[in-house]
Amino acid sequence: MNTLVRENRSGTSNGERAEEQFIAPAATVLENADGYTLEVEMPGVSKDTLEMWVENNELTILGRRSLPAVEGTLLHRESRPENFRRTFELDPSIDAEKISAKIEQGVVSLTLLKAEQVKPRKITVG
Amino acid sequence: MSLIRYQTPSSVMWPSLNRWANLRDDLDTLLELPFLSGGARQEQLFTGWTPALDLYQNNDNVVAVVELPGMRKEDIEISLHDGTLTIGGERKAQSGGNGESATRTERFTGKFRRSITLPTRVDANKVNATYKDGILTVTLPKAEEAKPKQIQVDVS
Repeated sequence: MNTLVRENRSGTSNGERAEEQFIAPAATVLENADGYTLEVEMPGVSKDTLEMWVENNELTILGRRSLPAVEGTLLHRESRPENFRRTFELDPSIDAEKISAKIEQGVVSLTLLKAEQVKPRKITVG
Repeated sequence: MSLIRYQTPSSVMWPSLNRWANLRDDLDTLLELPFLSGGARQEQLFTGWTPALDLYQNNDNVVAVVELPGMRKEDIEISLHDGTLTIGGERKAQSGGNGESATRTERFTGKFRRSITLPTRVDANKVNATYKDGILTVTLPKAEEAKPKQIQVDVS
């Protein structure tokens, strides 16, 4: 089995907000026997501004940032104003019905479980 | 739609068994680098994690806003010394263990430290910090003598 929760770099075809620019958040993918854990960094995104969907076997995560409003003049800036968006191609072994997610301090953690029939199974000699 | 890379995967820096799996991405990143604006992102490739920091100033306060996704509050250290604000800490891997193996590692784990020279003197005893949605906001009240003062002109 290959290592796939693969990123789709081409973006999606159905971009209704084609003019909007997004930045791709950093992501870490961990695999274990039951499936994958996907961690995506989205500082400034909360539960209410996070959207995720699966379409054509692709998982898209879109987070809109609400940065703390600070009064005054900006002296130095490194943060980027764009929202986050990234699409991952799902391995066929992943059960798309069983994806669960949580967001904690700007990190989205998704649990992607492998479908029952592809889990490793021990076969005993009878 | 175009995607702009937000953070440089720092896996080049961190010896891991999975570095070969990420090699293609790292090459992509190198090719993308010249299109990024600002020096901070390029530096990141060589120094590990450089959390993005914004600095604001108003009449009463100097405010630093730092992107620190996925930290535990107690792992963030803030110190003030000689007009220099230092924010550091350590991000521990949340997952791992129990037979997990990484197939892609872009998130940074480990220690980081950032220092910034403040534009004015601040009152070190009244510094306040909040951490929400992975963003740290440090509010540093200006010292009395650094605040702008209205001077009345008496007409005699």
